[in-house]
Amino acid sequence: MLSLYVPGGSFIHRAPAAVKLLILLIGSAALFMVSSIPVHAAELVLIAGLFHAARLPWRDTVRQLRTAMILLIPIFLFHVFITDWVLGLETVLRILVLLLLAVLVTLTTKPTEMIDVLEAAARPLRHVGVNPSKASMMLSMVIRFIPMMMREAQEILEAQRARGLDRNAIALLMPLLIKTLKMADDLSEAIEARGYDPEPVVPVWRKKG
Amino acid sequence: MIQVSNVNHRFGERAVLTGINLSIRERRVGVIGANGSGKSTFARLLNGLLIPDNGTVIVDGLDTREDVKAVRRRVGFVFQNPDNQIVFPVVEEDIAFGLKNLKLPKHEIAQKVDTVLAKYGLTHLRDQAAHLLSGGEKQLLAISAVLVMEPRYVVLDEPMTLLDLRNKKLVLDTIHTIEQPVILITHDLDHLQDFERVIVFDEGRVVADGPPREATRRYTQAMA
Ligand SMILES: Nc1ncnc2c1ncn2[C@@H]1O[C@H](COP(=O)(O)OP(=O)(O)O)[C@@H](O)[C@H]1O
Ligand SMILES: [Mg+2]
Repeated sequence: MLSLYVPGGSFIHRAPAAVKLLILLIGSAALFMVSSIPVHAAELVLIAGLFHAARLPWRDTVRQLRTAMILLIPIFLFHVFITDWVLGLETVLRILVLLLLAVLVTLTTKPTEMIDVLEAAARPLRHVGVNPSKASMMLSMVIRFIPMMMREAQEILEAQRARGLDRNAIALLMPLLIKTLKMADDLSEAIEARGYDPEPVVPVWRKKG
Repeated sequence: MIQVSNVNHRFGERAVLTGINLSIRERRVGVIGANGSGKSTFARLLNGLLIPDNGTVIVDGLDTREDVKAVRRRVGFVFQNPDNQIVFPVVEEDIAFGLKNLKLPKHEIAQKVDTVLAKYGLTHLRDQAAHLLSGGEKQLLAISAVLVMEPRYVVLDEPMTLLDLRNKKLVLDTIHTIEQPVILITHDLDHLQDFERVIVFDEGRVVADGPPREATRRYTQAMA
């Protein structure tokens, strides 16, 4: 879900990340205050229109949602058996709208823009000793390295399957951990070589005068 | 000029560099040697990523022991594995990273990024996710991210080792276009044919130093 930004020039792509995140935030809060199937269905139509306007490839969107969709089925069934199907439908629609909104924002916003907004939002945390630029840098790196870690994990699994080993959490985690440590080591050296120098942040209670 | 004087370095018990004395003023210098001969350790000395146990490394009058920040600005460094040096998820943002650290104004950053992207043929990839690039493109990105900082020297530590043949050529051709003095670590002699000077390392010592032809002979002997 994280670094799947799809470049494009639509007005949704061009909208400031702060606005998109704010709408996502308000939208998701509002979503849980309204309970009406027709309203949620209308929202779905609206969102489909937005996806169309953003010219996002359907395949990417569907792939993003596949796992989540599978989770929606048991939620719906749970309601059918425990409460009633109307409530089930409503819940599922709500989650779907929320997911689609979140996916729309992720697919149309550069990760770094999103991080800049989060960094600005985290600025008040300076007073408790959090360095927002350092924190945002870490977030960027997480986004950058998730696909790499997934690929590594895939390779390890394949290598083990090729050797006829069964799936085994430890057999996956150990090499992954070693690779991650090596990667982190290289990366910190590369960052140093590129002149990264975060200003130290001093918590207020340690400041003099 | 980069001046390395009387450098010795060990990792634990192991002497990794012994009695290194070199002054580098050429535009194209190659460093070659077997695995474990100390090439990377030597390269890391040049921009202060590593401070030697004894001896000094002076870059344009700046001692790595005293002015490490200034030295790092002067000496750009490209690593073997591009995956582990690209910090940001999107191409143009990774290139902007170093410039942002310098707190340059936004428009100046944008302009420098544009220039470098165009120069190294990456303009069409500017909005791409870094993890989707080919190995060669990743290494070009890493090189661009270093060159956008306008260093005085560029050190590249086996930048082609992990690439396939086609990408090797792409990266090598790019290295040839770098205007600054280049110090290229490699274990492939073919890469150094038109270099001015080739330094051969063996077990932490410089065993040959001269034009490629001479160094080649010495290196082939050592490897035999
Ligand atoms: N951080 C380190 N800690 C301990 N030993 C190291 C470290 N870095 C390199 N070495 C050892 O130093 C020797 C030279 O390494 P290196 O300079 O990387 O050689 P090269 O780049 O020529 O392959 C090797 O034996 C290596 O194992
Ligand atoms: Mg090496």
